[in-house]
Amino acid sequence: MREIEYRDALNEAFDEELARDENVVLMGEEVAQYNGAYKVTRGLWEKWGDKRVVDTPISEAGFIGMGIGASMLGIRPVMELMFWSFHSVAFDQLVNNAACCRYMSGGLINVPIVMRGPANGGTNVGATHSHTPEGLFAAFPGLKVCSPATPADAKGLMKTAIRDNDPVYVMENTTLYGNKGPVPDPSEGDFTIPLGKADIKREGSDISLIAHGASVLRCLEAAEILSSEHGIQAEVVDLRSIRPLDQETIIQSVQKTNRAVLVDESKPFCGVSAQIATLIQEYAFDYLDAPIKRVCTIDAPAIYSPAVEPDQLPNAKRIIDQVLTIA
Amino acid sequence: MESVDFIEEKVIVYRELPPSAPQYCACQREFSSFISLAASQKDRYVGPRTILDMETTSSPHLSPLDFASSPINKSLTSERKVEHYRQMERIRRFEQASLQQYAKGGRMGGFLHLYIGQESIAVGCASLMGENDHMITAYRCHAHALAVGMSMNECMAELFGKATGCSKGKGGSMHFFAPDKNFWGGHGIVAGQTPLGLGLGYGLKYKNLEGAALCFLGDGAVNQGAFHESLNLAALFEIPVVYIIENNGYSMGTSQKRSSAYKDCLAQRADAYNMEWDVVNGEDFYEVRAKVQIAMERARKESKPSILEINTYRYYGHSVADANHKVYRSPEEIENYKKNHDPINLWRQRLISEGILTEEAAKEIGKEAKQEAAASVKFAEESPNPTIEDITDDVYWETDNQTEASKIGRHFFND
Repeated sequence: MREIEYRDALNEAFDEELARDENVVLMGEEVAQYNGAYKVTRGLWEKWGDKRVVDTPISEAGFIGMGIGASMLGIRPVMELMFWSFHSVAFDQLVNNAACCRYMSGGLINVPIVMRGPANGGTNVGATHSHTPEGLFAAFPGLKVCSPATPADAKGLMKTAIRDNDPVYVMENTTLYGNKGPVPDPSEGDFTIPLGKADIKREGSDISLIAHGASVLRCLEAAEILSSEHGIQAEVVDLRSIRPLDQETIIQSVQKTNRAVLVDESKPFCGVSAQIATLIQEYAFDYLDAPIKRVCTIDAPAIYSPAVEPDQLPNAKRIIDQVLTIA
Repeated sequence: MESVDFIEEKVIVYRELPPSAPQYCACQREFSSFISLAASQKDRYVGPRTILDMETTSSPHLSPLDFASSPINKSLTSERKVEHYRQMERIRRFEQASLQQYAKGGRMGGFLHLYIGQESIAVGCASLMGENDHMITAYRCHAHALAVGMSMNECMAELFGKATGCSKGKGGSMHFFAPDKNFWGGHGIVAGQTPLGLGLGYGLKYKNLEGAALCFLGDGAVNQGAFHESLNLAALFEIPVVYIIENNGYSMGTSQKRSSAYKDCLAQRADAYNMEWDVVNGEDFYEVRAKVQIAMERARKESKPSILEINTYRYYGHSVADANHKVYRSPEEIENYKKNHDPINLWRQRLISEGILTEEAAKEIGKEAKQEAAASVKFAEESPNPTIEDITDDVYWETDNQTEASKIGRHFFND
């Protein structure tokens, strides 16, 4: 299979969806003429023009609210936050108007928007630009959240998100944009990946490493070392989608391995892994041979120091250390 | 003093009001379709709250205006005029009934933001809406809902939190919706709806539809960032949206003077975004229609936004929970408005003077509206509550419609 970059996989998803549905419109800061701050939308303005690919001013509350309003009339805006960290200046729009309008109207309205952009640490840009809010937004009923780790997942999930009739928040990752991976050729047919479906990225029998986003890649690195140096066969479960959540795959994996380490780039307090932990204790309590362990970002705002930041985030060493406490 | 020069680029009259009255200023700006009206203006202007100051101003450009002769009002039939009177009465009677029910305790929860005193605005604006015109407002939304044609029953039932309510008891007083009537709420966060209104206009433009999005906000909302972001985008993208500031003088308990920095009036902020604006005397139903129509036509025909500031007054507090509304406003101020500036009274007098309504007929309309409101209370009382199972409906479109997608993964995390 051909290999393309994560950013190009996303680009292909946009291109295909722009072609499929005339109501799809890309919006955001620098997404059009500048070709995207991270070149994810490269070439799309040139191809699709002003109406379908729209540069907005730096005005997140304004343009996101505008997209939500337009979606009520059937437009399907795919809106970029240059960093998901900028969610805070548009929070009212993101959690009140996007998540609650359907409910408060008794189901008369739906808000088919996609919010997307990178949500990650690890690039030495300081605390304000390094937030990972997937758990935060998944905590709002009415929203859906996914976090693809590979180019194929990025394309497949993005296409599904655009077609979904509810608001879907896609958390990408600047450190993954340049990664290459196999993605089916468009000539092989429409390629989508459903929300709510986890993916076993590595089979294993001794312990389940459950992660999403870039942490999946850290788990795969750790799994190789655990196998070669410690004789531990780790299974890596990539959640892909946070809400809806593939609880079944999580529980099945833990029932098989009887041990779990949850790896989560968000902070430990009430993050995604906290939710997974409670599900495991509730649905697989009798299968556990050891306490559930977690590897999260060390509980402080993101440190700038390039020398230290890699150790604040989940990495192979920190994962292995935790695994060895219970396996 | 007998005519207004509508071609004048801008005429602004601003003066200090007696402490008992809300701020007001009058601004006119290029009424191309209105030039013929100017010459016919004389003495029919009904706007005593402002007229006193207009008469004492030294400006040669302003005089009492009669907006009855604006084209959009000339086209009104007698039946429609009376119908609009009926709508205003229905709104007031509905809200009076809702206040009565609220006061009984245990029937409604939360807030109840009453519109009483402002009825001419919602009815006047709704009366101008066509197939492709849309409306969205903030939490003081009962009047807009009834004005676009929602029934008293569904609205009262919503206040009671019943399953028969317009939002199935899930929205409450601040969150009435009727997309089938181009009414998009009913929004609880101050100015949070202003980008949504922009989006409705964006949607119209995107679909090449000739329409206008009417986005209402209060005078307390003009200092929110989301509103300013919306104004910039509206002008930048040439969005067919009309922002209507319903200025009742108070941002909850804080007067306009104590909450907003401005030169002449709030709508004037539009100048900073190179956007058209105007100020409207909200107690004059004809004026509301005449000026809103101009802004809507600007949206429909030129795809240009506007800000209108419609001066008005609320008799009651910010909400029923506002125990201080007679502290930050004097009883005399409230009484003066009720006596001299009530838009329903003024419209009734107007219709009587035009010979198309009698006091008796007006009384009958009031009686019918009161009966309808009482019936809606009965309907709400007798309606079922939503069930515990209903709580998790209407969260996701996909789960409500039981799509294939909704069957993959867990959407709710209750047990």
